[in-house]
Amino acid sequence: MTDPEPERTPVLALEGVSKSFGAVRALRDVSLRLYAGEAHALAGENGAGKSTLIKALAGVHRPDSGTVLLDGAPVVFHGPADARDAGVAVIYQEPTLFPDLSVAENIFVGRQPRRSFGRVDHRAVKKATAALFARLGVDLDPEQPARGLSIADQQLVEIAKALSFDARVLIMDEPTAALTGREVARLFGVVRALREGGAAVLFISHRLEEVFALCQQVTTLRDGALIASESVAGLTEDDLVRRMVGRDLDELYPKQDAAIGDVALSVRRLTREGVFTDVSFEVRRGEIVGLAGLVGAGRSEVARAVFGVDRWDAGEVEIDGRPLKAGAPSLAMAAGLALVPEDRRAQGLVMDMSIERNINLTGLRTTARAGLMNRGAERSRAVDWAVRLQVKYARLADLVGTLSGGNQQKVVLAKWLATGPRVLIVDEPTRGIDVGTKAEVHRLLSQLAADGLAVLMISSDLPEILGMADRVLVMHEGRLTAEIDRSDATEESVMAAATGRGGSAA
Amino acid sequence: MTMTAEPTPATAPEAPSTTGVLDRVLKVRELAIAAVLVLMLTATQLDNSAFLSQQGIKDLLLNATILVLVAVGQAVVVITRNVDLSVGSVLGISAFAAGDLLHGGGNPVLAVLVAVALGAAFGVVNGLLVSLGQVPALVVTLGTLYIIRGLDSIWIGSRQITAADLPSGFTTFGHDGLGVVPYLALLTAVVLVAAAYFLRSYRSGRDLYALGSSPEAARLAGVPVRKRILGAYIVCGALAGLAGALYLARFGNVDSGTGNGYELTVVSAVVVGGVAFTGGSGSVYGAALGALLLTSINSVLPSIGVSSVWVQAIDGVLLLLAIAVDRVVALRVAGLLRKRAAQTRSAHHG
Repeated sequence: MTDPEPERTPVLALEGVSKSFGAVRALRDVSLRLYAGEAHALAGENGAGKSTLIKALAGVHRPDSGTVLLDGAPVVFHGPADARDAGVAVIYQEPTLFPDLSVAENIFVGRQPRRSFGRVDHRAVKKATAALFARLGVDLDPEQPARGLSIADQQLVEIAKALSFDARVLIMDEPTAALTGREVARLFGVVRALREGGAAVLFISHRLEEVFALCQQVTTLRDGALIASESVAGLTEDDLVRRMVGRDLDELYPKQDAAIGDVALSVRRLTREGVFTDVSFEVRRGEIVGLAGLVGAGRSEVARAVFGVDRWDAGEVEIDGRPLKAGAPSLAMAAGLALVPEDRRAQGLVMDMSIERNINLTGLRTTARAGLMNRGAERSRAVDWAVRLQVKYARLADLVGTLSGGNQQKVVLAKWLATGPRVLIVDEPTRGIDVGTKAEVHRLLSQLAADGLAVLMISSDLPEILGMADRVLVMHEGRLTAEIDRSDATEESVMAAATGRGGSAA
Repeated sequence: MTMTAEPTPATAPEAPSTTGVLDRVLKVRELAIAAVLVLMLTATQLDNSAFLSQQGIKDLLLNATILVLVAVGQAVVVITRNVDLSVGSVLGISAFAAGDLLHGGGNPVLAVLVAVALGAAFGVVNGLLVSLGQVPALVVTLGTLYIIRGLDSIWIGSRQITAADLPSGFTTFGHDGLGVVPYLALLTAVVLVAAAYFLRSYRSGRDLYALGSSPEAARLAGVPVRKRILGAYIVCGALAGLAGALYLARFGNVDSGTGNGYELTVVSAVVVGGVAFTGGSGSVYGAALGALLLTSINSVLPSIGVSSVWVQAIDGVLLLLAIAVDRVVALRVAGLLRKRAAQTRSAHHG
């Protein structure tokens, strides 16, 4: 709109595209132009239609109306292969790898270099993969199977896949959510090089500072409609947030002061061999304790062990002074512990079940009468919590998989809060969630703490830890390396402890 | 790319050992079956020195070849996270079709081709139903199993083909061979090697593993999912058809019950051979070894004086054992990978 290039033809563009899924209008008359050599950000809350827009560009969804333009000429992508052949590379939010295939095969599936008679040249596949990893500065073995890779490593493989064909258009949906600062910096280096080489880049991130660091243009969507498409220069983060949310954000980290009470969760010398060692801490009523550290430091594993998903080898866990048995989640739940897991799609929800059923999974006992489910009680329990947490849904019977990420997370929270816990462990509560919902989740956590709940919050989002936690615990390679009070916690002090060294902030 | 040139020195000695261990664990599956097979045959031979006579070896191979052939086709389908339960019915009906043609004085080569084509046609039906219908393959092919068996019964009635109806050249082909290796086994070996080479060295072959490993990822990666599934079913059907023709050549006797219940033996062979039922892993060599193992037990038990009523129970135990081994290996590999990842990471950050 504001950019002065009437003569330039966009490499890839959408003109007046609309797309509906049943009654939900995911995109309404949206236009987007991607130019060669330009990085374009796509901003918007979750559920604003960003993923649908990407899938329209990637040939996964065909628009109901409107056109996709390639080099100014209308095209119809019949599937992802068409888009790929046109030079469109996509990194999806959730890594989509083949667990049984090697990393190298994952990258080149369907596009393997070939020898005579169309045979796959396995050696060339491996070599090309090694070259890609060298370019990304990643030390993964090309022949290792994708199964067992951490989310960060999976994301790096996705990135290598996108780089592996000389893409004219590179689309990245939240590529940095699981990466460390160093990996992000390296990725951005590669993306800038690609852009300078003439590729068009479409970038989605909830970390606004990344948008400002990488992109020249930004298009904002809200509720499936185009709000603005403008130059990043001259825009502030607040401007962008206002466009996304449609209102001023009072505060992203609305931490309330709460009266800190008795010890609710006490973990002493907890050890799980090869995973974490000698971890001791306490969480008091009314307190939010942040657990920081790099990806793979063992934070989620501690949470899983405390809740009883994994066994611990030594140590003890007490809730309100009563010891918990190792490896018994149902006893932990009965004792008043709740865990909102890291991966809501795989661990937090049953994606093929309705919102109502998901919320009630934790309450099968309380809503049953004489062994039979009481449908009315189930329904009112689900409605109660869905409304309290302001989940945006059409009907409670809708599959939870059709909700946006932020609303899915609210359903997970609803499911656990409905059990009336004394201690709530939240693992990456706002990963992949838009700014608006993020603030809502923060307000909720703060409110819960004020009401006397003990909250342990694991997060890789440093501002979130600093903004929300009364006390910060830091883990490094399976050990607790620091306990920092809210007043002393800074990015530098937390990062120093997380990297196990002095002052090397990422 | 100038800014990304950061060397990664510490990993050089680490990498080969990772692949070495993993490779061994993954290949060990085929090796383990081969070892069990050799052990079993050796023990039987020690107990009964007549077991591995020239005719004994020939019989062993002859008995295995038809099952191996169908198992190869089944493995191709199972790799895509599907299954074809109709192979027994397809084998039966194509064996009769070939027999009927020969009975009327047809050309043996043409008869084999007709059997293959008929099998492939049923493969098309199965493939279309599974890939377009988005219905679980187990249910679809259970349906076609009964339908084809029904067609078979209606068409054949109480008729049967016996060796006397067949040209002598055809039955000779079914029994003779080069030395101890029957022609049928040679043919099967050629098919086996071709299938293995195709799966390993062609994009479409790799696609089968990819879509078995994660159908959703395959779709996003632009793998033509429906086309590949259809292809796998056609291969499976055609091989079941070919197996029908070879069955006719070997036994010379076909009626409406031929191949009844065969699908379960085939699926057992494939699973015992290490082709994961959840798709994406295993090889046709494994499936072939599994088939060889199962049929060898059939020959071994009588020759060491055990009643053959034990055969099915032993097959079942083998099946459970195979699945248990798969599970243990999977857990071990996962643990290994986790440890490696932790090491790499600490090398990274430390």
